[in-house]
Amino acid sequence: MNLKLDIALTHLRARKRQTLVSVLGVAMGVGFFIAIASLMQGFQEDLVRRVIDNSPHITMKDEFRDPPRQPIEIAYAGGAIALRGVKPKTEIRGIRRAGQIMQALTTWQGLTVSQVLQGQGFLRYGSKERSATITGIEPDRERLVTRIEKDIVAGSIDALKTAANGIILGRGLARRLALEMNDTVTVTSPTGVIMRMKVVGISHTGVLAFDEVNAYVLLKKNQILQGKSNIVNQLRMRVDDINLSRAIAGKVESRFGYKTESWDEANEGVFGVFFIQNMIMYSVTSAILVVACFGIFNIISTVIFEKTRDIAIMKSMGFAEGDVRTIFLLEGLALGAIGAGIGCALGLLLTYMLSVVRFKAVGLVEIQQFILKWSFWHYVIASGIAMVSAVAAAYIPSRRAAKVNPVEIVRGAA
Amino acid sequence: MTPAVEARKVTRVLPGTVPVTLVRDIDVAIMPGEFVAITGPSGSGKSSLLYLLGLLDRPSEGKILVHGRETSGLSGDELAALRLARVGFVFQFHFLLPEFSALDNVLVPMRRLARWDDREARERAERLLSDVGLADQMKKRPDQMSGGQRQRVAIARSMANDPDIVLADEPTGSLDQKNGQIVFEIFARLAGDYRKSVITVTHDPHLAAQTHRQIHLVDGRIVDDGNGTKRALDETALPAPPGV
Repeated sequence: MNLKLDIALTHLRARKRQTLVSVLGVAMGVGFFIAIASLMQGFQEDLVRRVIDNSPHITMKDEFRDPPRQPIEIAYAGGAIALRGVKPKTEIRGIRRAGQIMQALTTWQGLTVSQVLQGQGFLRYGSKERSATITGIEPDRERLVTRIEKDIVAGSIDALKTAANGIILGRGLARRLALEMNDTVTVTSPTGVIMRMKVVGISHTGVLAFDEVNAYVLLKKNQILQGKSNIVNQLRMRVDDINLSRAIAGKVESRFGYKTESWDEANEGVFGVFFIQNMIMYSVTSAILVVACFGIFNIISTVIFEKTRDIAIMKSMGFAEGDVRTIFLLEGLALGAIGAGIGCALGLLLTYMLSVVRFKAVGLVEIQQFILKWSFWHYVIASGIAMVSAVAAAYIPSRRAAKVNPVEIVRGAA
Repeated sequence: MTPAVEARKVTRVLPGTVPVTLVRDIDVAIMPGEFVAITGPSGSGKSSLLYLLGLLDRPSEGKILVHGRETSGLSGDELAALRLARVGFVFQFHFLLPEFSALDNVLVPMRRLARWDDREARERAERLLSDVGLADQMKKRPDQMSGGQRQRVAIARSMANDPDIVLADEPTGSLDQKNGQIVFEIFARLAGDYRKSVITVTHDPHLAAQTHRQIHLVDGRIVDDGNGTKRALDETALPAPPGV
């Protein structure tokens, strides 16, 4: 074995208890890092998956990012123009020439498009009332673009086409109204149209925000309800490569002018939360590692203090400063490496233990267990951080060791 | 013949608010195969001179030559490398690595220098330990051995890399007379049979008398270099009175 490593390990073997404590400190840091990282990433990926699955990759809305420019502003671009009291024109909102836009988009590579009309409605059943977001869909297109069909837990999406006035309700919404399959619910629209509709399906996405407010009817029915015949206000798109969503959304918007959002833009708030979560995770686990590093710093300082004579004798027999430094850096590295090894095992164990925990929680989403992400990289990163910080902790005392002046030591002992 | 180690006009001053002169104006040359004792009263700079000759310390003025080669321009690491290959140290207290066996202690400098492969180094270490009469003690750790045995391990270790110069700082200081005699006989053999330059600090006149020559130090100056160059004590040893 390498001489310096041999000496380093001999030093550690000679003080087993201290070594064990330092190693366990590192192991805990690494273990918790792995468990928490797996928990966090699992949760985040699950949330992203649900969000992506339940919303189209790209949505074009019947609005514009900037208010329309007034003719005078266009005529005198750059002029000092101030307009006051401009009242927006009263017009029926909706995507104009939606059919043509959809025709154009379907020719784009890797893009599937559907059109919907979304509006508010008021559902009444017996003495219970709830407002809902009613989405008018074309089942045959919609099933290609969103997950709606897979989320149906009772009935089917095709029943919308066969029933005279069919409606699919989110499970939460149906529960609140105490509605069951084949019940008839009264739907009132903001424009005052009243329609009696039969529940032909229940959908359950697992995201409460969707399940408690969403209702689906045929596009034609919603156009009648909302008093907007032949109008759609959303084009939904599915892209083959989800990572291109944002880029494609940008292209669509610049081509057609309507505000077009990709799933990640629409859910930016969620990603902000992720960022904060990750920051918390990294600071907590690095705090553990910092504490562990103090342990390493401590043991190596002690070894150096106790081994001053050995250092002097090694230097007198011809060890260079770098040799001495290397010995103590190796001690730090060894503590870090052993700690990382045990920590990885601990992390695996903790992750496993978390994975078998079962509970019932209804919050942002409904979950029954921790969703854990098993990633090789968590182990690599945690071990890497542990070893780097262990060496860093060893570096400071090792420099002092390298500077030991053998003459002072042998003179003092003589 | 080139001396194995030579000091020219060497002065060593410990800096500080009150600078302390350890040795002053030292001129001395040690030939290969010479067995030399440095004697003198306590605090006369014997050990300081030894550390300077062994490249463990640097002179404040003057220079140290090893085989005619100047060493003052060398870096700390270069000096360390030179010590590793050329110089062997034996101290008053054995200074062995306590966790290593006798054999492993002797192997440490060899493994660092890596002049021999593992098998050769091992055979050589066993031979060196047998040479000092420890053939049956090789596996023992320092705390399992007597003081005399430990000092013999230290001597075997100082010989590990086949150095030209062996320096001993009061090697018999913590030994009884019998063990001290054994140690000195080993040194005499190193100089005689192996042509090493052996320099030992001692204040035991009986042991000093067994060496080829004795360098006598008083107050950091050589008053007798054992080659017939004597200086009058009254001229040099006493510091000049203030104001002169």
